[in-house]
Amino acid sequence: MTFDALDAILLIPLCAAALLAVLPDYRVTAILNVLTALLTFLTSVSLFFVHPTSGDYLLVDDLNKVFIVLTTFVAFTTSVFSASYISHEIEIGRLTSNSVRFYHAMYQVLMFAMNLALVANNIGLMWVAIEIATLTTVLMVGIYRTHEALEAAWKYFILGSVGIALALFGTILVYMAARPIIGEGLEAMVWTVLVQHAAKFDPALLNLAFVFLLLGYGTKVGLAPLHAWLPDAHAEGPTPISAVLSGLLLNVALYALLRFKMLLALNPVAIAPGPLMVIMGLISCVFAAFMLYRRRDIKRMFAYSSIEHMGIIVFAFGMGGPLANFAGLLHMTMHSLTKSAIFFAVGHIAQVKGTQKIADLGGLTVTHPVLGWGLVLGVVAIAGAPPLGIFMSEFLVVTSTFARQPWLATALAFGILVAFGGLFLRLGSIAFGEPRGPTGSVHASYVPMFAHFAIVFMAGIHLPPALVAGFENVAKLLG
Amino acid sequence: MKGLTFDVAHLLAGSLVLVSFMQLYQDRLSALINIFAIHALVLGASVAWQAAAQDAPHLYVTALIALVFKAIVIPMALRRIILRLGIHREIENVVGIGLTMLVGIGLVALSMVVMLRVTAEADPLAREDLAFALSVVLLGLLMMVTRRNAVSQIIGFMSLENGLVLAATGAKGMPLVVEISVAFSVLIAFIVIGIFLFRIRERFDTVDVRALDRFRGERR
Repeated sequence: MTFDALDAILLIPLCAAALLAVLPDYRVTAILNVLTALLTFLTSVSLFFVHPTSGDYLLVDDLNKVFIVLTTFVAFTTSVFSASYISHEIEIGRLTSNSVRFYHAMYQVLMFAMNLALVANNIGLMWVAIEIATLTTVLMVGIYRTHEALEAAWKYFILGSVGIALALFGTILVYMAARPIIGEGLEAMVWTVLVQHAAKFDPALLNLAFVFLLLGYGTKVGLAPLHAWLPDAHAEGPTPISAVLSGLLLNVALYALLRFKMLLALNPVAIAPGPLMVIMGLISCVFAAFMLYRRRDIKRMFAYSSIEHMGIIVFAFGMGGPLANFAGLLHMTMHSLTKSAIFFAVGHIAQVKGTQKIADLGGLTVTHPVLGWGLVLGVVAIAGAPPLGIFMSEFLVVTSTFARQPWLATALAFGILVAFGGLFLRLGSIAFGEPRGPTGSVHASYVPMFAHFAIVFMAGIHLPPALVAGFENVAKLLG
Repeated sequence: MKGLTFDVAHLLAGSLVLVSFMQLYQDRLSALINIFAIHALVLGASVAWQAAAQDAPHLYVTALIALVFKAIVIPMALRRIILRLGIHREIENVVGIGLTMLVGIGLVALSMVVMLRVTAEADPLAREDLAFALSVVLLGLLMMVTRRNAVSQIIGFMSLENGLVLAATGAKGMPLVVEISVAFSVLIAFIVIGIFLFRIRERFDTVDVRALDRFRGERR
């Protein structure tokens, strides 16, 4: 077995995790964390130039390249933000150096697990990777050891485990469907082999399998009504983890769902997976949009906004076809970048104000202009105001649907507008309003936040042709 | 001989569903833990039988995990935990045993109808196994939903997981079964350690609505 870039994106985080677990000084480990994430990102970019061979366990194709590069990039910028966030938490004594050591090691284990889930060529291996990712995030959500944090971690744990268990049952059913055609053993769980033979699988088994997989991985995507863990986990964990959860982990679960959708689409007799995804996506979007209005905790509010956007993305992929898939991919990318940038801003805001309660936040643009305007920019972007990237992707989703299912498009547009109102209602008091709370200075790293915004802004105005070609190619793959 | 193999596998898988039902109406934690140990024991026997029937020696590892880890180590740890937390005498308010049992019967019927219809072409052993496994999974879910105590929720989760192991071993020649059962054992160990360290007694420590509001961060 030769060593290539594919193995590297798994081994780099894993080795770093071992190292981070033993190094004592949090300043050194924070820098090491950033460097590791950067190295992983550069390695993942190299996947576009060198073409590693896919084996029985690992695979790289056009679809997962997009996910891997996005994941490693946001992981890198989040690690930069995390460095300044963590040093503040140490200063005020919310975290000890021991728990930071643990945190950094877990951060890299999470990166390893997400990358593994994305490159796995085996449905069993992918399941194991998503389980590891769930476990590490549970541990990190509970890291503050407060009553609320432990409750949130527990809730996430139980719901996540149930989701994971249902997904495993679905995975077993897929194997059962594949076995008579492909034969016993490892081959019957390998993606590339499954895809070749999917047309001959027993459709009834595949249908049942997809229902379980949709419920199982859908829990991890945060689709309503299986979303209950998501707002708590976002609100009570450290903010870098909220950024990673929203920006990356939801995408990884979505990726798993998309793979199985592709499998089902290849079987002519099986049910079309699209309508199921459209319904769940639409429910999530509209439900979460209304939930935005009654939120009093700023991190919970953006967590509900994540549910709304995952709903839109699942909706787009459920509609299918080159245009809707393209819109879905674009929206996923834009949402990851924007939402993690918002959490970067929110993290620093919560630190400087010492609270996450919306009622205690006010007049940020006056007291902390950079953070305040950063948040305004973020909310404008996430709400889908033109000319930013999310406006473009949402516009594409709605218009591509409108041509085929006007009613569905209307319902979706309604959800988006409701969310738009909810976000701006809260933004008014947080960013403008009467200044409230401490006005001390903040040691923030603004670079990751504005780097993300710059990309989102650029994407709204002009998408590079190479990117468009790449996304179009992937959209065709998704069918 | 083929007939006997099938009958014994059938018997063991059926017993697993039966023991799942027994878990549903236990209102004392210590009794619940004992029943779970039996559940794991039956699973171990069932997996070992499958290993012999399918001539798949690696499944003995899974059987051994079920036997040692789930039937002995975990129940012992849980017993110590409930002693330490002082909830071993507690009687849990299981809401409407009759109703829960009826829902359970409905779920088993549902899984039989769904699985047997769907897998009409699969071989009979795997087919029956899968139907029983789905019943055990659904009964485990039901238990997690109806219980409020963290320990009984875990037991619900573990019996759900036993159902998954049953399904995985029933699917003849499925790779990674051993790895998956190890991964699940790690997960369960984490949960148990979590309860022990953080003394989580109930999902929501209290039924006091004000406390719930605080937990959601929505107060004031």
